[in-house]
Amino acid sequence: MKEEEKEQTQITRLDFLKTLWFGLGGLVTIELGGLTVAYLQPHVTEGEFGSIITAGNVDDFPPGSVTHIPNGRFYLSRLQDGGFLALYQRCTHLGCNVPWDQNLGKFVCPCHNSQFTQDGDVLNPPAPRPLDLFPITIENGVIKVNTSKPISRDKINSTDVVYA
Amino acid sequence: MDKETPSPTKSSFITRFWKALGPPTLPTDDRGRMRMVVDNIVLHLHPTKIPESTLRWSYTWGLGGLATLLVLILGLTGTFLELNYTPRPEQAYLDILALKTNVWFGDFLRNLHHWSANLLIVVVVLHLWRVFFTAAYRDQRANNWIIGIFMLLLVLGENFTGYLLPWDQLAYWAITVGTGILSYLPIIGAPISQTLLGGPEVSAATLLNFYSLHISFIPIAILALMSLHFWRIRKDGGLTISKREDPAYNTNIKRVTTIPYLVRRELIWALIWMGILLFWAALVPAPLEGIANPEISPNPAKAPWYFLGIQELLLHLHPLIGGIIVPILVVVFLLLLPFYDADSDNVGIYFRSLRGRYLSLIAVGTSLIITTIWLVADEFFLNWNTWLPTWPSLVSEGIIPLALILLGLLILDELVKKWFKANLEERILFFFVFLFSSLVVLTVVGIFFRGPSMSLIWPWQATIH
Ligand code: HEM
Ligand code: HEM
Ligand code: FES
Repeated sequence: MKEEEKEQTQITRLDFLKTLWFGLGGLVTIELGGLTVAYLQPHVTEGEFGSIITAGNVDDFPPGSVTHIPNGRFYLSRLQDGGFLALYQRCTHLGCNVPWDQNLGKFVCPCHNSQFTQDGDVLNPPAPRPLDLFPITIENGVIKVNTSKPISRDKINSTDVVYA
Repeated sequence: MDKETPSPTKSSFITRFWKALGPPTLPTDDRGRMRMVVDNIVLHLHPTKIPESTLRWSYTWGLGGLATLLVLILGLTGTFLELNYTPRPEQAYLDILALKTNVWFGDFLRNLHHWSANLLIVVVVLHLWRVFFTAAYRDQRANNWIIGIFMLLLVLGENFTGYLLPWDQLAYWAITVGTGILSYLPIIGAPISQTLLGGPEVSAATLLNFYSLHISFIPIAILALMSLHFWRIRKDGGLTISKREDPAYNTNIKRVTTIPYLVRRELIWALIWMGILLFWAALVPAPLEGIANPEISPNPAKAPWYFLGIQELLLHLHPLIGGIIVPILVVVFLLLLPFYDADSDNVGIYFRSLRGRYLSLIAVGTSLIITTIWLVADEFFLNWNTWLPTWPSLVSEGIIPLALILLGLLILDELVKKWFKANLEERILFFFVFLFSSLVVLTVVGIFFRGPSMSLIWPWQATIH
């Protein structure tokens, strides 16, 4: 082997090792970063809220009524035409609980005065979108609500409503 | 001294023991004093000698020192509070009640922690103003300016995490509303909020997270940055010196020894403030409302007072704009300041010049008027949502008003240039003052002029809890 060539191979070997070390260092950083992120993930415990809640029988809720289901953190709203909506009680503005005002016939958020209709539509901002929904299934007249994941929507839609 | 043989009868065992443990005898000559500064672990944060002009109280207003004192008090009182506090929803509130009623001086300790924390925010912001107004952030001092801004953010974070710990109604809903802003951050907002809260809502996991942040992560970061801050001050050759006061800049400055001139002032200043804080904590109880009830939001639900400026913005602008974009713009503006405002002729002179003082006054006045008019107009007359009903609220309530505001600021800038023949430095001064005056107006309105359902009220109409 010529002297020059030797030098060249030496340099590339050095470069190779350098790259290897940097690569390994990067890998360790990514691994530890990933571990940290994974470690910080919330641990979901199967409990009341977040599982499937039985709200009651269809006949318990007269049309035009709004009933609070505390352990599911939602309002079961029965529209005039008999359809059901499960509205998450959390304001879509910044997360306060929105109480139903029976006298005014609407939801009024105490925090920044957002207002919602019985089907969750925005009457008054600052709330940027209607109240979130939970999926409803009705079997043999029993209403079950899956509270594991609220569905956010930009506009209300007639297909949101579930009929018995 | 050497010749004298120490006889055991001359000083008793107790005297010698005390001498070995007790405070060193204070040197009386300059060399000895300088040695002592170098040899002592606390004192060595100081240089051995300092320019006399930096001692002037009305130059620093003792604000950096006071901030340091408050951080130390918070660390000490916080460590003691930990002994009587459990970060669990069913216990936390009871622990605070026990502090108030069962623990000797428990209430006093909590008050001291509470009021020092609130005072710290005011002091750090005032310190930032003093640094800006004396232009003490140019060249290599830009380092310390940036470190300072991160410390300010950490102090806000420490206050915010602490706010949840008493687990009363105030705490629960302030943190709910405060973290609710995160959900507007596209893509990363939801995961960040999930991780921070440990779930979808403020819960037991949130309390534990905030507790860990409050007693270890953030204090350690603050301590590290404080060390860096002090080290940088020494590397930058001490505090800024006004050229006006020292015409022969840096060559013929009168220097005095740190002991006693600086250390004496620091100790007196610390004593005065400890006196004030002890009285304050003894006389004014920290607020505490009923135990947190995740079912019932109080009316109105307000964020902690130092975030009410942002909350006020949220009432006028879409949350993504008011709660995230505008604060980020402000922080970026602050971070970039020293690099635009780089003329180093008038360091150490308050408001840069006499003209600067007038300009600042005008900026305060303009800001008070414009901000107030905008707030009232937006509350009663501007109704983007109904004017543009088919547009998404991010555009109608966010991007359009923000664009108009930025346009207004540009026009204002042109006017300042035209009327006052202001140069870049003076325009920056004007906008700094304008910006912070607006923040003060927004905060004051948020604290005093917002009543039930966040409607505008006069302060005397507020129901007193
Ligand atoms: C810059 C430093 C700090 C700030 C701004 C700060 C701020 C606060 C605030 C605002 C509260 C709520 C007080 C209330 O209204 O009851 C609080 C509570 C608390 N802090 Fe800190 N804190 C700081 C440092 C620390 C440190 C270093 C520790 C412990 C190592 C600590 C431990 C606690 C504990 C245990 C509580 C709960 C007891 C209570 O609420 O009174 N804090 N803090
Ligand atoms: C916990 C927060 C802070 C502490 C404990 C602290 C402490 C100090 C102290 C003791 C001094 C020297 C004395 C004085 O100027 O009053 C100082 C100077 C300084 N601080 Fe801070 N500071 C804090 C936050 C900040 C912030 C928020 C900024 C700016 C964004 C900042 C920027 C500076 C600069 C640039 C200097 C040098 C001033 C000069 O050379 O004249 N600091 N700080
Ligand atoms: S949280 Fe309901 S209006 Fe703001």
